[in-house]
Amino acid sequence: MQDFSQALAVAFSMIVSMDDGLMRIIGLSLRVSLTAVAIATLIGLPLGAAVAALRFPGRRAVAITLNTMMGLPPVVVGLVVYLLLSRSGPFGVLGLLFTPAAMIVAQTVMIVPIVASLARQTVEDLLVEYDDLLRVAGAGPIRRLVTLLSEARWSLVTTVLAGFGRASAEVGAVMIVGGNIEHVTRVMTTAIALETSKGDLPMALGLGMVLMTLSLAVNLAASLLKEAGDRPA
Amino acid sequence: MLRRSFVLGVAAAALTGLIQAAVPPSASAADRFITVASTTSTEDSGLFGSILPKFTAKTGIEVRVVAKGTGQAIDLAKRGDADVLFVHHKPSEDKFVAEGFSTLRKPVMYNDFVIVGPASDPAGVKGGKDVAAALSKIAEARAPFVSRGDDSGTNKAELALWKTANLDPAKADGGWYRSIGQGMGPTLNTAAAMNGYTLTDRGTWLNFRNRGPLTVLVEGDKRLFNQYGVMLVNPAKFPHVKAADGQAFVDWLVSAEGQKAIADYTINGEQLFFPNANEPGA
Repeated sequence: MQDFSQALAVAFSMIVSMDDGLMRIIGLSLRVSLTAVAIATLIGLPLGAAVAALRFPGRRAVAITLNTMMGLPPVVVGLVVYLLLSRSGPFGVLGLLFTPAAMIVAQTVMIVPIVASLARQTVEDLLVEYDDLLRVAGAGPIRRLVTLLSEARWSLVTTVLAGFGRASAEVGAVMIVGGNIEHVTRVMTTAIALETSKGDLPMALGLGMVLMTLSLAVNLAASLLKEAGDRPA
Repeated sequence: MLRRSFVLGVAAAALTGLIQAAVPPSASAADRFITVASTTSTEDSGLFGSILPKFTAKTGIEVRVVAKGTGQAIDLAKRGDADVLFVHHKPSEDKFVAEGFSTLRKPVMYNDFVIVGPASDPAGVKGGKDVAAALSKIAEARAPFVSRGDDSGTNKAELALWKTANLDPAKADGGWYRSIGQGMGPTLNTAAAMNGYTLTDRGTWLNFRNRGPLTVLVEGDKRLFNQYGVMLVNPAKFPHVKAADGQAFVDWLVSAEGQKAIADYTINGEQLFFPNANEPGA
């Protein structure tokens, strides 16, 4: 129990003192994960809605593939992105390995399937209600997607949050493609791994608590937004 | 209606705040940097944290360290993903040079390995100076031994030590030999949790906090010597290697100034690494 109270004290003093090193790590964590979520949302929502609401060959296969890819192990994503971005790999000339950009790429790859799959489910449920209406209105495919996504927007907040949760919590991929370089690619999760390997468990746990607080803030903001949106005008 | 816009406003403000926090702090990091592939022992022991700022202050070159096991660090450098390689397994380093991935390896410093284990010492190895004899006793007692198992310099050294004791732990039965495939820190955490023995470099050990029942049991055998070497990745092989800045770092490490910085790093008054760049054949 002593470990936990020590960790709590560490977490508290870190937050209160706004420790410069910690602020950089938090800033980078948010920058990487929020960017990845934004990109994954732009790709995943239309993709999920298309699989749900449009009829095209191989649609079922795409849906199953997306569901399967929700379980992509982060280290595997990390390894693949590493091999692609390595100087000896096909995209080596870009020099992206061990930069935040590489971390964003890895997290995006990891969460697109999550956002797309959950969006597909949401839109499919909604379609039961709207399908006839859209057909009568003679809506084209683009119009269908826009209408459905727009109607489902508040439910989709949860979808996007699931993506954020996965991105901000994973360590395997960003460790490999980022390299956990101090001041450059060290984020909350890799810092926790580092402190654990130094045997400084209270510090590691304290950082974990800070990460959860951060996650809470993001979720709280989203929840307020959703609540406001759900209320009829 | 009023309430709704209020809530929306709060939420929007909160999100804006978060996104602003997410924007990178103005690019304070130097544009001039090199990437060094190195080992967990140099990072976890705190050595880099102590000496790198001195190098950066002098030259304006930022050093980005990617800390892996020696095997992984070498692999990374062989792909051209680092400018400088700084590891501790001489045979692998010589091979790296022989294969043309670098043109010159320079010795930098040494420290030593120690065998740590539970203070209760079920195998009775405490105080011994003969590491081979100690390993034989551990095997005989079938006391848990935690191996890095990650192809790191320490792992390679450990396997070589078993060989000197004429034992092959891979064939050990009874599950006392536990290869966990992790870095030094996690390995120490594991040994502490299972009352096991393990081989560790002294630097990581001195900086390690979660010792639990572990204590140093065997040290001082010259077979426990641990030499570090540094080399520039061959720019002829990888044109993007930052040859000038990378070489500046290599030269600084073996210079009088760099060697002093290494010697000056202590924990609780104990020196962790001993510079020996000028020792022939090191």
